[in-house]
Amino acid sequence: MKEILKDLDKAFENKIRLGIMSALVVNEYLDFNTLKELLEVTDGNLASHLKSLENSGYINFRKEFLDRKPNTKYSATHEGILAFTKHIKAIEQLLK
Amino acid sequence: MCIFALYFKVLSMNNETYIEDLKMIREIMNRSSRFISLSGLSGVFAGSFALIGAYLAYLTVYANQDYLQYRKAVLTTETITTLLLIAVVTLLLSIAMGIFLSKRKARKDKQKVWNLQAKRMLINLFIPLITGGFLSLIFLFKGYIGIVAPLTLIFYGLALVNASKYTLTEIRSLGIVEIILGLLAAQFIGYGLIFWALGFGVLHIIYGIAMHLKYR
Repeated sequence: MKEILKDLDKAFENKIRLGIMSALVVNEYLDFNTLKELLEVTDGNLASHLKSLENSGYINFRKEFLDRKPNTKYSATHEGILAFTKHIKAIEQLLK
Repeated sequence: MCIFALYFKVLSMNNETYIEDLKMIREIMNRSSRFISLSGLSGVFAGSFALIGAYLAYLTVYANQDYLQYRKAVLTTETITTLLLIAVVTLLLSIAMGIFLSKRKARKDKQKVWNLQAKRMLINLFIPLITGGFLSLIFLFKGYIGIVAPLTLIFYGLALVNASKYTLTEIRSLGIVEIILGLLAAQFIGYGLIFWALGFGVLHIIYGIAMHLKYR
């Protein structure tokens, strides 16, 4: 049991962070506004959770300009996808 | 023993949040990668328009012929123009109805109809579809009328299979059935219009009703 609990990732305890990762593992990349609409959160809230996932090394971003407006595209890193998969497997084990 | 019981109590309390989590993950994965506002009713309308179109095409092609005798599809420049006109009007009506109904469904679900997911689905739909459209036109103008019905069915089926990764999963099996019909139509080339009416008319109506009931 302890083994399983160990696999649960602290980074994904928060619903918004879990939501961000869920969206990024099935999409090559998503921009800030798409994530915002998808998760129905405020700019500040989303930005802080993105920052925290970035600090964990689970996502990275690329800044581009679209019609001279800055557009930030986020994508999940390899580590992020691994951690997310491990987290879901742990949840599934717990529910068994 | 007491600690043990407490441990399980905490665990079962957590279970509900974990089930919630899994539900949310699945929902977000679907919503972020697929266009889900596709309306089933638009399929019913598209199917009905196609049946009307097929009937008008039938009247055009077999005009002034005794139905008891062997009939031949008579094609002059005039009838080809009429057929193309029927096809374009049917297509435009179906697209317009599809957009209108999907918009309505999106509004009901508090979603945007024109989003990243819709764009992705349409691009993947249109690559095989436009290829098939041009190919059919080329054959049509070279006089190979018989190949047009099977070709449009096959390429439409391929387009649906391709787009199904980005929208509701039923679209995939609809695409496969269209491809099979297209291949049959290629084998029985004189019955193109019947296969065409089945594929674009009847199938759309059946799938449309099923999807409308499922995703209401």
